[in-house]
Amino acid sequence: MSILVNKNTRVICQGITGSGGGAFHTKGCLDYGTQMVGGTSPGKGGTQDANGLPVFDTVEQAVRATGATATMIFVPPPFAADAICEAAAAGIKLIVAITEGIPVLDMVKAKTYLAGLGDDVILVGPNCPGVITPGECKIGIMPGYIHQPPTAGKKNVGIVSRSGTLTYEAVWQTTQMGWAQSTCVGIGGDPVKGLEFIDVIRLFQNDPATDAIIMIGEIGGTAEEQAAEFIKKHVTKPVAGFIAGRTAPPGKRMGHAGAIISGGEGTAESKIAAMRSAGIVVADSPADMGKALVQAAK
Amino acid sequence: MKIHEYQARDLLSRAGIPVPPAGVVETAQAAKEAFVRNGLPVQVIKAQVFAGGRGKAGFVKLVKSADEAYQAADFMLKNRMVSVQTGPEGIAVKKLLIAAAVDIAHEYYVGLVLDRAKSGVTVMASAEGGVEIETVAEKNPAAIIRRTMHPTIGLMPFEARNIALGMGLTGKQAATTADILLKLSRFFVQYDCSIAEINPLVLTKTGEIMAIDAKLNFDDNAMFRHADLQAMKDDSETDPLEVRAAAANLNYIKLDGDIACLVNGAGLAMSTMDVIGLHGGKPANFLDVGGGVKKEGAIEAFRILLSDKKVRGILVNIFGGIARCDLIAEALIQAGKEVGFRVPVVVRLEGTNVEKARDMLAGARGELPTLQSATDLNDAAKKIVAAAAA
Repeated sequence: MSILVNKNTRVICQGITGSGGGAFHTKGCLDYGTQMVGGTSPGKGGTQDANGLPVFDTVEQAVRATGATATMIFVPPPFAADAICEAAAAGIKLIVAITEGIPVLDMVKAKTYLAGLGDDVILVGPNCPGVITPGECKIGIMPGYIHQPPTAGKKNVGIVSRSGTLTYEAVWQTTQMGWAQSTCVGIGGDPVKGLEFIDVIRLFQNDPATDAIIMIGEIGGTAEEQAAEFIKKHVTKPVAGFIAGRTAPPGKRMGHAGAIISGGEGTAESKIAAMRSAGIVVADSPADMGKALVQAAK
Repeated sequence: MKIHEYQARDLLSRAGIPVPPAGVVETAQAAKEAFVRNGLPVQVIKAQVFAGGRGKAGFVKLVKSADEAYQAADFMLKNRMVSVQTGPEGIAVKKLLIAAAVDIAHEYYVGLVLDRAKSGVTVMASAEGGVEIETVAEKNPAAIIRRTMHPTIGLMPFEARNIALGMGLTGKQAATTADILLKLSRFFVQYDCSIAEINPLVLTKTGEIMAIDAKLNFDDNAMFRHADLQAMKDDSETDPLEVRAAAANLNYIKLDGDIACLVNGAGLAMSTMDVIGLHGGKPANFLDVGGGVKKEGAIEAFRILLSDKKVRGILVNIFGGIARCDLIAEALIQAGKEVGFRVPVVVRLEGTNVEKARDMLAGARGELPTLQSATDLNDAAKKIVAAAAA
């Protein structure tokens, strides 16, 4: 088992022919074994992408022809929120938005639109590396080979993170420590996004294949504090964590649109304190996330 | 993105929000003429700079005659402003705002702010204006009215009226304030704000409602659809290295320390700063070169790091996903040859094409004597902190 995606997930890529890297990353997903079944690019319907996959004008056409249930979005920022809504309207149930730089108010509108379609549509991102269930399905831009698919004799960690490269660090370290990963979810670095920590942690808690959880947060907002509260009440599995940005000055946006300490809110100290008080083993150094997991799982 | 006080005032005024009469001037003579044109007995002249500490530095002045206006403006334009935020060399002032000083009966607060937890926009108002809203929130949270704005319909007129009444306003003043709230909420959406607050919104002794000061923050992601805001961008007070990095598409923030870092990914870049701190060093910058970095971008990144005179060491930390380790190694070697590494450089590479990258670096060791490799991030931080202190 796993969460969100598995070997049966059929995936299209929105923006497959564009400059956002759609075809390049579609190839990466194909090489990993993901069932990539097509893509969309308005005006290029009827053609094929660089990988030989069928290209459609609309998501609706793509869904009808391919039976896709998931999408990976590389559409440029000005049009990306529209692409998210288009996918949801066409019946796609898992939307993974990789695009970085979508205006926040566009995301506010897109989330409102999705909420109007019911609660079985799941959005991951934007501004995220994607979702991977090792050995089965990779939707996104993460390097597949660092992951360890579940294997007899290994325990499985589920990883959820606001940062791409820090997720890779955690995957790498846990693989080195002899663990496998059930599923890794990058929820993205934007202030307004789809899945939040709590949503993913709830899925991991209910997933029989996940033995422990790593949660990687960063400065800005209060999602980590809320997740810590949730974990205290509802999570029985071991949880380890890390928070980036202890040395970040207030008022400066640290790369991610959402990584900013403002009005005294969103500091690393507050998040680490909340997580520790919920029983989470928080690594002081990003090099020690694997060790923190082993300690939490003792 | 930041804009100047006079620009915020102009934007709000154009949105139909009442502001006191004012002018923007660049000469002392023009200040004198603006004083006459504004036509009020007491006016205030303010230097238009981003740096704080204007008042203490003498760059905000009340003036009571056209001649006083001339003298104050002359002083501000001829002297550099030195405050705690400018450094000892100070900054030159090019523009002044000269505005009527109104007689204030009461100070209010109205604002809109992006609410991440709700994925929406929150409207806030308070009868306790003139101080930071965070302070009010801490000391007297009940004094703040909060309403979630509908994400697509926006603020409704009845909601605005209710908020104005809740602030303790009545009659015509409540109606004006409700109108200001509606205009500010439309402005927020139209200009892709993340914060739009008027503080204080004042009731004058003659019964008028006016915006005296405003804080506007805009969503950088939305700049592509706001040519008018882009035209307002003023980099004159931004660190030149940050301006240069932005031109090269590098996500760089200059900090106070002496250990530079070059990293891919924002989260990893922040963590690299943290791990330098954890081992007793002080980071000189945040730098995320991004996943799609090309060789030229990476070389420019090294040039920028090395032109910060305080830097005594560089930590390169790459977890290759999209960014390939061999490309970073190639850039590192070329940058070393072109620019010359005057400081120790510690490299920690992992991920895509790492073996090839390690071979390349090993081969270049003879030409780049200050280069060291590290096995993991802790090891890298320890090595660079030790090397920089040596």
